[in-house]
Amino acid sequence: MSEHVKIKIEDLNIFFEKKQVVHGLTLDVRANEILSIFGPAGSGITTLLRSLNRLNELIPTSRIEGSILLDDKSIYDSDVSLTELRRKVGMVFDVPTPLPMSIFDNIAYGPRLKGEKNRKVLGEIVEKALQEAALWDEVKNRLKASALSLSGGQQQRLCIARVLALDPDVILLDRPCSGLDPISTSKIEDSLTQLKDRFTIILAPHNTQQAGRVSNRVAFMLMGELIEEGFSDDVFYNPKDHRTNDYITGRFG
Amino acid sequence: MKLKENISKYIFLTLAFSSISALALITVFIIINGVPIIAEVGIINFIFGMSWAPSHGEYGIFPMIIGSVTVTLGAAVLGVPIGVCCAIFLTEFAPPTLSKLFRPAIQLLAGIPSVVYGFWGLLFIVPFIRNFFGGPGLSILAGSVILAIMVLPTVISITEVSILALPKQYREGALALGMTHWQTIRSVILPSAKSGIVAAVILGIGRAIGETMAVIMVLGNAVAVPESILDPVRTLTTNIGIEMGYASGTHRQALFATGIVLFIIIMVLNATAQYITRKKK
Ligand SMILES: Nc1ncnc2c1ncn2[C@@H]1O[C@H](COP(=O)(O)OP(=O)(O)OP(=O)(O)O)[C@@H](O)[C@H]1O
Ligand SMILES: [Mg+2]
Repeated sequence: MSEHVKIKIEDLNIFFEKKQVVHGLTLDVRANEILSIFGPAGSGITTLLRSLNRLNELIPTSRIEGSILLDDKSIYDSDVSLTELRRKVGMVFDVPTPLPMSIFDNIAYGPRLKGEKNRKVLGEIVEKALQEAALWDEVKNRLKASALSLSGGQQQRLCIARVLALDPDVILLDRPCSGLDPISTSKIEDSLTQLKDRFTIILAPHNTQQAGRVSNRVAFMLMGELIEEGFSDDVFYNPKDHRTNDYITGRFG
Repeated sequence: MKLKENISKYIFLTLAFSSISALALITVFIIINGVPIIAEVGIINFIFGMSWAPSHGEYGIFPMIIGSVTVTLGAAVLGVPIGVCCAIFLTEFAPPTLSKLFRPAIQLLAGIPSVVYGFWGLLFIVPFIRNFFGGPGLSILAGSVILAIMVLPTVISITEVSILALPKQYREGALALGMTHWQTIRSVILPSAKSGIVAAVILGIGRAIGETMAVIMVLGNAVAVPESILDPVRTLTTNIGIEMGYASGTHRQALFATGIVLFIIIMVLNATAQYITRKKK
């Protein structure tokens, strides 16, 4: 983790029609850290992540206020290219989103969009990404098969591999381990801790234990508000806010 | 409670059974009336025979098969790209207010009686073709244009439904990868909606090949193998429509036999469409 602020979120408000889902949220994400944002269901974590690659805009009823800076530049500036932003800020959704094409093409799509044509290079990128997503051994003999033929957990790891192959600056992971068995989960967690040398990772963890295992820093959200943030150990062992304490000790949520 | 359920079950069963048996009866009726003449003339002679002269006992329907096929193909070539593009526009680009206007308008298109299409074609399309392309105007082209318009509602609505039925994750996954809207449509939306689109096309073709009234007025109805799309033709349907009124005896049977051929073509098309859509799931 470095001191460089990769993403600076200031006074962010997000609405769906009249309903406010994120309330005045201010948060710095530092380069090459793993930041876990956790909280009870419906806290607005997915919504927050989807605002960082401007995917919320697909929902016509959504409205956003405040500022989000990526490397000191607002992602809402008029000269920002949406496609470039989304290649810089990759995302894994909380449900698998394989594209209806082969396993290989799913992963090679991103690099191809960036202009990589050489089949050998693409093959290497695909293999490396699949290794890092702990999927290579299961699919290495069927790269031409449709991605839709994979199991749910495999599809989810495929999506992780796809984001890695895109080689973004920032990776948003929305519950990337939902639907994964404990072994794949721990493989993914191992990968994540290594990957933070190359990426800045924002994680909506599966549970607080996972947040504790993999993250440098954590942030606790409740009903659209940021309650507390800090180094994992501080927040988990010495929470400043009693609501954080209640949540961690399982008294609600 | 149990009794009530049983009663309604039998009512529905009866209704379902009667509609199926009506269909079966019609099929049997057509077959009984048509098969003898096919047997008499010989199936090869009937289907590949070039001459249709009922007064001389000549029953070859090959020119009409060619007529049906060319007019329908023409309709597909003109109507399918327009229909698919319309559906893409409606689902991907049109602002909600526009598509709200557009959808009922397209449904309305489906509600116009086919005889009105034919009449309109005779008054506008036929003279247009005669003036700009030459020939009699009554032609394959005229029929194809009319049919292309008539199959639009089928093609548009089924394509639209199959695009809208795609999980929204496809779209979001693609956009999150940094694809543009166009790239998403081309490499994700269209390939995954493919089977629905193919079904739409086949059903559209089935509708076109069975259409009678609209084309009877604009095709010219000459029984001859056409040399260009500006030549008049007669289709299987128009053959029945034109001659049924006065036909009797073997002539009448030959018209039923024409119906059998048509029936088989449409059954095959619909079965293909069903097979394709079902395979998807
Ligand atoms: N498209 C939408 N339209 C309207 N409201 C929405 C929409 N998406 C999310 N919301 C609302 O925003 C709030 C936050 O949702 P969000 O999915 O961000 O929560 P979350 O923290 O990710 O929850 P979970 O733990 O269940 O994934 C919820 O109350 C939800 O109902
Ligand atoms: Mg969520």
